[in-house]
Amino acid sequence: MDFSFVIGQSITQALGVTAIIYCLAAMGLNLQFGYTGLLNFGQVAFAAIGAYSIGVIVISFGASLWAAIPIGLLASVALALVLGIPTLRLRADYLAIVTIATSEIIRLMVRSIALRETFGGANGINGKMGQAFHDLNPFHADIELPFLTWTRQDLWVVTVGWSLIAIFTLATWLLVRSPWGRVVKGIREDENAVVSLGKNAYVYKMQALVLGGLLGTVGGIVWAVAKQSVQPDNFVPDVTFFSYTILLLGGAARVFGPIVGAIIFWFLLVFVGEFLNQMIAAGWITFLLPTDVGPIRFILVGLGLMGLMIFRPQGIFGDKRELALDAR
Amino acid sequence: MVNTPKVNPSDYAPDAHYIKAKGKRIRTRIRPRFYVGALLTTIAACLLLVFAPSAAADGTAIVGTLKGPDGAALTNVSLTVVAEGFTETVSTGADGAFRIEVPKGGKYQLSVDAATLPTGITFSKAEDQNRSILVLMGDKKVLFTFASGTDGGSTTTSSFTWARISQLLVDGLFFGILIALGAVGLNLIFGTTGLTNFSHGELLTLGAFTAIVLNELGLNLIIAAPLAIIISAILWGWGQNKILWKPLRRRKTGLIASMVVTIGLAITIRYILLLFFGGSPRSYQQFAGQSGLEFGPVSITPKSIVFAVLAAIAIAATVIWLQRSRIGKATRAVSDNPALASATGIDVERVISVVWILGAGLAAFAGIYLGSTQDVTWNMGQRLLLVMFAAVTLGGLGTIYGAIVGALVVGMFVQLSTLIIPTEMKTVGALFLMIIILLVRPQGILGRRERVG
Amino acid sequence: MPANGQRALEAQSALATVPRVPGASKPDPILVASSIVRRFGGLSAVDVDHVEVQRGSITALIGPNGAGKTTFFNLLTGFDAPDEGAWSFNGRSMGRLSPYRVARLGMVRTFQLTKALNRLRVIDNMLLGAKGQRGERLWASLFPFLWRGQEVKNTERADVLLKRFSLDAKRGDFAGSLSGGQRKLLEMARALMSEPELIMLDEPMAGVNPALTQSLLQHIKMIREEGSTVLFVEHDMDMVHDISDWVIVMAQGKIIAEGPPGDVMKNSEVIDAYLGSRHEKALTESGESLTTGEIK
Repeated sequence: MDFSFVIGQSITQALGVTAIIYCLAAMGLNLQFGYTGLLNFGQVAFAAIGAYSIGVIVISFGASLWAAIPIGLLASVALALVLGIPTLRLRADYLAIVTIATSEIIRLMVRSIALRETFGGANGINGKMGQAFHDLNPFHADIELPFLTWTRQDLWVVTVGWSLIAIFTLATWLLVRSPWGRVVKGIREDENAVVSLGKNAYVYKMQALVLGGLLGTVGGIVWAVAKQSVQPDNFVPDVTFFSYTILLLGGAARVFGPIVGAIIFWFLLVFVGEFLNQMIAAGWITFLLPTDVGPIRFILVGLGLMGLMIFRPQGIFGDKRELALDAR
Repeated sequence: MVNTPKVNPSDYAPDAHYIKAKGKRIRTRIRPRFYVGALLTTIAACLLLVFAPSAAADGTAIVGTLKGPDGAALTNVSLTVVAEGFTETVSTGADGAFRIEVPKGGKYQLSVDAATLPTGITFSKAEDQNRSILVLMGDKKVLFTFASGTDGGSTTTSSFTWARISQLLVDGLFFGILIALGAVGLNLIFGTTGLTNFSHGELLTLGAFTAIVLNELGLNLIIAAPLAIIISAILWGWGQNKILWKPLRRRKTGLIASMVVTIGLAITIRYILLLFFGGSPRSYQQFAGQSGLEFGPVSITPKSIVFAVLAAIAIAATVIWLQRSRIGKATRAVSDNPALASATGIDVERVISVVWILGAGLAAFAGIYLGSTQDVTWNMGQRLLLVMFAAVTLGGLGTIYGAIVGALVVGMFVQLSTLIIPTEMKTVGALFLMIIILLVRPQGILGRRERVG
Repeated sequence: MPANGQRALEAQSALATVPRVPGASKPDPILVASSIVRRFGGLSAVDVDHVEVQRGSITALIGPNGAGKTTFFNLLTGFDAPDEGAWSFNGRSMGRLSPYRVARLGMVRTFQLTKALNRLRVIDNMLLGAKGQRGERLWASLFPFLWRGQEVKNTERADVLLKRFSLDAKRGDFAGSLSGGQRKLLEMARALMSEPELIMLDEPMAGVNPALTQSLLQHIKMIREEGSTVLFVEHDMDMVHDISDWVIVMAQGKIIAEGPPGDVMKNSEVIDAYLGSRHEKALTESGESLTTGEIK
């Protein structure tokens, strides 16, 4: 069995496009769930809005990518407002129910036959929707380091992706250390207390929902540009819950949590998958079939999500003092 | 001064009678006899009811029924099954059903001759025309969905007939009863513990799979179903509460954190089922290919009638139990105000245990119902979860009558909406309805406004 | 003794001529409420004909458990909406105002179940109370130079208050690590950060140990001396005697008596309401228990 291949794959994926997309989604959840206490169970809807905006506008309508990106971001803001207006005045679980429902509404609509002309049905939209971006690629060669191989296209996406994450992380850092951040953290702890001090909690929750959603949408845009293909079944609710697992792994309400979480998550997930595959292929594990590896990875994610939420919501590198408070 | 818990008298207005017991300790000796009794009645009813002769036979076969988007049977459609050294072609009968006996379990290629489809009918999913099917043992049910017209199913105007409307109303009623089974449990658990359980769908799935296991061990579904309900109630209900939720309540894990935990649990359960049972749909060995009984323009399978009647009895029994029995009253008291209920001597933890048992039992029933009228798949409950939430939100989170009314409304709405919107979008309609209700009346149809402060 | 401070004397002399009847009008009311009704189901939890609160006074709202005091507080501060009624604060009509607007107008409340923001540091809890912060706006928050100066001033003010409430040693700790009494103090100090004209305290003494109770009472008097009006809820009659200038008594949703503490304590209706409530635990909704002689 080829152990260096397993490690190489794991590292490449941990720093690759998928990790970037999930990191962006988890950064959005960090603002919403980590700092403001909003339970958005439909983050994948925001990613779908971003990805499909690119697909539809560039491929179906033949417009420019540079027009599609701002339209996608506007659509994302509109979605957040639609979700927030009925639910943000209600208890937390209503937002959770409505957001997960909306993410399914969007997925079912884009995969429907009735709207196939626009969204491509179950096959989605395929085509060179990210060409305008790839035309700007300054790299001339693929990269082949030990344990790290990317094509020149991937290298360009990864460079821009991590740069975006760096910028958004800086912005998040500024936000949560400001008085604005203090208000949203107060809302997370006790909304009525914050209201009784003259803050309009509703507006702050809406702002957090919009900002977090925008980050998810950027993730979706990166998806469309990098993979040049969007399919409805890429946007199932499990994407949202992978993002939650990433957030909790890195630590909710920690500025670098989503980055740490995304890298560790994808390293572990790919490592486990490739490792098991190799073991099965080499005949060292006989009680599993290659098709069992997928479910096993999901089971680990599910158990990880439960375990982290129960035992270490502040992340694997979290502050013990906060842990003591949670036990109250 | 007297240290009574601070309460508002109005909190008790609807339940004033249980306050009479204040001072005395309300004994909460759980009476499992009640629930077991209800189950025995269920079993007896099952045995007494005469099932229509089932198409199920010994041996291995690929079965299915082809129906157009308007529900009309597609007759004389030619299907071919191919495997190594085996080829067989059959045509669908007058009811649109087909049955192809195959020599043994294995992989088969099933193709439909599109030329034999009635004009104007096309596949909803193009990949349905040719697919490979893994047959294990017994009947392997294959589902097809068809669309009408060239624009793929969006034209439904032609089928706006009274026959269709009455069929949809009956389907909607049955679907509503099915949802109610799940929604009542969901709401009871929410009412007593405050937990919005995103893994409630998996209680349905677990129930359906428990029955599948018993069924494949050789028990007839008539025996396997009630047994699976009891096992599910204990194992997946009582056990889940005991192993997971009770310790979490003791740790004082917040409700928001608990909701995330339910998500993790749902994922874990789903993929464990996928790992052990595989992804292909399964059917119970009995009553699989039943043909419908005709009641005027409406066609209903006997098993649907039996399940719907039993489900309605189970729901009614739950309501009566909540109203009449001591533990039922205690349940309502806990839903109303856990702190006060506890102060008046009600053992809150015990009530919660009972509620989990009941909720899981009802969910298992719903799962078997769903699995018998459709298929048993690893994600069947997940697909119903949002519809159950729509029902509960519509009726009002935490109110039991609300859950029932909401379920019936959602069931009807989902089915009737197919008159206007494509069938594949019917769930979308229900979810839209839920969001609109939240805008207009957030506490639901029967819910009451929350107190602040 | 701060109780005899300048403001105390002013408030007490202004209230000296006010008749001791429910709904009596005050010479300089800061808060006036009329015909406030809140029903839950078929019951009226609050049914107040008329009530006024004198500016610059410490007014206690007392009554047995379940009398509707907290509900009345919720209504006045916008956390709950009445079925009927109107009220004004500083002459401005307040009906149907969102709770955050009520607070911005200078009417700030605390809660019976203390709402310390556990995973925020004590100093951040305090800073949250400050009004009109530029850095609380989303765009401005990204540019620290826009709000840094204001933040420094607010922090200085917060430190002064923390010292006064003996919480300065806990400044950098999570609020969740404070004791119950310290949380009460923090909540009060945080409310003062917004420089309220009327501060409404919901059972400030509940669950506080006797040693801390004395210091809490001193703090409340201090608030009056600084020119604010205090309205506070309490169910223990003895607690209010020492510090309040005026006492309003609620029972079963209605105001049954008003007056200076000494007079109210002697009022037979008040005594009956309290005794009655002890016997019936305030769970009955009939009004009969108010009449003397029926208490067993």
